[in-house]
Amino acid sequence: MEVIQHDVVVVGGGAAGIRAAIAAIEEAPNITVGMVSKVYPMRSHTVSAEGGAAAIARADDSLEMHGYDTVKGSDFLGDQHVIEYFVEEAPKELTLLEHWGCPWSRNEDGSVATRAFGGMTTKRTWYAADKVGFHMLHSLFQHSMQFDRIVRYDERFVTRLLVDDGSVRGVVALDIRSGELQIILGRAVILATGGAGKCFPFTTNGNIKTGDGMALAYRAGVGLKDMEFVQYHPTGLPGTGILITEATRGEGGHLKNSEGERFLVQYDYGVGNKAELGPRDMISRAIIQEFEAGRGIQGPYGQFVYLDLTHLGEAKLMERLPFVLELARTYIGVDPVTQPIPIRPVVHYMMGGVDTNIDGATDLPGLYAAGEVACVGLNGANRLGSNSLTECLVFGARSGRCAVAYARGSSAGDEAALRRQAEEEGARIDALRGKQKGGEKLAQVRREMQDAMEDGCGVYREQASMDAACRTLAQLKGRYADLVLQDQSKVFNTELITALELGAMLDVAEAVAVSAAQRQESRGAHTRKDFTTRDDQNWLHHTMCFFDPAGPRIDRKPVKLGHWEPEERKY
Amino acid sequence: MSEQGARKTFVVTRFDPDKDEVPKTQTYEIPVQSDWKVLDALNYIKDEVDPTLSHRWSCRMAVCGSCGMMVNGEPKLTCKVSLAEYGDTVEVAPLSNFPVVRDLVVELDGFMDRFQAVKPWIIRAKEKAVEEGTHRQSPKELADFKQFSMCINCMLCYAACPVVGNDPHFLGPAAVALGHRYNMDSRDEGASERNQVLLKEGGVFSCSYANECSEVCPKSVDPAAAIQQGKALSLVDWAKGLVLPRGGGE
Repeated sequence: MEVIQHDVVVVGGGAAGIRAAIAAIEEAPNITVGMVSKVYPMRSHTVSAEGGAAAIARADDSLEMHGYDTVKGSDFLGDQHVIEYFVEEAPKELTLLEHWGCPWSRNEDGSVATRAFGGMTTKRTWYAADKVGFHMLHSLFQHSMQFDRIVRYDERFVTRLLVDDGSVRGVVALDIRSGELQIILGRAVILATGGAGKCFPFTTNGNIKTGDGMALAYRAGVGLKDMEFVQYHPTGLPGTGILITEATRGEGGHLKNSEGERFLVQYDYGVGNKAELGPRDMISRAIIQEFEAGRGIQGPYGQFVYLDLTHLGEAKLMERLPFVLELARTYIGVDPVTQPIPIRPVVHYMMGGVDTNIDGATDLPGLYAAGEVACVGLNGANRLGSNSLTECLVFGARSGRCAVAYARGSSAGDEAALRRQAEEEGARIDALRGKQKGGEKLAQVRREMQDAMEDGCGVYREQASMDAACRTLAQLKGRYADLVLQDQSKVFNTELITALELGAMLDVAEAVAVSAAQRQESRGAHTRKDFTTRDDQNWLHHTMCFFDPAGPRIDRKPVKLGHWEPEERKY
Repeated sequence: MSEQGARKTFVVTRFDPDKDEVPKTQTYEIPVQSDWKVLDALNYIKDEVDPTLSHRWSCRMAVCGSCGMMVNGEPKLTCKVSLAEYGDTVEVAPLSNFPVVRDLVVELDGFMDRFQAVKPWIIRAKEKAVEEGTHRQSPKELADFKQFSMCINCMLCYAACPVVGNDPHFLGPAAVALGHRYNMDSRDEGASERNQVLLKEGGVFSCSYANECSEVCPKSVDPAAAIQQGKALSLVDWAKGLVLPRGGGE
């Protein structure tokens, strides 16, 4: 088995991973970074983000305001020292990206333009029309290409962390093209693999968002934090789940029910009296309320409501929201210039993830995580739109720098022991590839997992349905062991990759369901019909979920409060 | 949105280097829905009929650039093109002008090398410090290059380009457009360095202006325009004695 050595190994090539890799090589002149990604970096799911990235930029804004909005958006479950650091670093990181070529949209005077977003009290969302993730990812990736010391391993699927003497020493990666395993050693490893939306049937997430990094850390004993908080974005296209950006509302779009009524006006969620600019968790709930009151519109994929942009005019839509025009025309046959867009809430983002401190460090020495895969404590129970792209930069950079500092003081580990672990892993992969003995179809097990998650961990939850999801997931893990696979080839065996991804998703999905079933309150995106209010007395703490062969083990961790006192979350 | 009993036949190119000397085709007849894209049919085949079929895809919203293939002989983004545009039989093959890894998966290494060769990053004599804030860039200056920054690297233009197929040295439409994108960016000072690549053999002057690239581009990037602008600008520089149009003059 080939053995490759770097100082730092980054797993994932999206915004957080690339930013981490650049920060690492800038931190130390002599180190090399291996950047390992299961896809070519420009395919990473960062590419699908649309609306923008938040950082204060205007005279009417302040760190205090961005911080407070984020704390309030998190329903007071965000760690306030993390939030303070985030809002301070945010403008620097977005400026850096501007220097690196990101084509931010501009005001007439040549300054960077900002737009309104949900839960943000002023315009602080930087944008590049409505393809912000695409432009950020391509700018980052292209910028990174000038550095020889970032060595890319494209289309390598990391199947296991190598741990020796209590510290992470590298990864085992499956070269998808050859089917061979490689040992990629690093004195520190940074996970930047993104979220796990594909645990659900209806999601904005791309096919690659399968929770791989969360599962890697979880299986190595690291806790997954706040996994019950799953963000439903209010505006996805029925059927496909394709994201229609929140920038549509930031630019003045209206949500309307079957009676043509702007139903959000009654809730007064809006910041600055704009009804549609509430946070995502609340708007998703409001839409479901319309469905339950019979004011949804029935379509082939269930009920929907309308996102009406027709009053904004073609010129503005072409300038600010051209991708929305393309997506609506291509994927649902609607022209937003003249017709309202059918939308419904859709799984979008995991607030939870691999538990890290503010440095991106986990409790496993040498293991770091940043971006959606991580739970650094920024987003709490509900993330504000446009904070996550900035999060990838701020905490990608910090984890890159901190990983280098850690790597300087750590040893390489016992290579013979690591090699033995990799060989064990090789045997596991060989046994799975084209596995003939078994009776379960991969696509069937995946479908049942996704349905269980939708039924148990939707916008509204209750004990019985969450418990049922937990039971179903435990059974599905048993059935996973009985998968039958057909593709025995080594070269580009996507059935094998899909099976490995499903294994990761089952672990992550179970952590979500078990974490959700134990939290007996409603906070942020975790909304229960049987415990309808927030309960700071008993539940103002993070949920920790640990891997155990007998089933997930739940613990808790204090929230770091600060100068923003918990209060009722009213908009 | 399923129509009762609607079915189509897919003739899919298969190739497994472990088993096959040359590519072959395999036929699948499957039920289809009226709102499906070509990619939905491939995913149905993969999930329900034949899990050994290999193809790349992810975002299914025409922005990650993974799922480019030949559909009835034309390069298409399979997540963007509707099945309804085709008849009862649809042929799906890997992108032309690329080595095939397996089935519908092509090799990108050569593309990535060309991409990197044009130095697709901001080059400045002196880097601006973060403390100095952002560059001023007017909407007009942004518009000068914005279109050429929209490439999703789906490689349809390489599959369509008659020169890519014949000239192994040609940078190809997307890479030239990307180099031009940075040359046109008001924040960049690296054009002379980049033009060492763009104007030498395999650069803009290798283009025969067939315009196929711009016709197949799913994102309206118009690489052909980038190439023509690049040629025109370089001739201005050449007239000023700054660069040679061919031969990569140092």
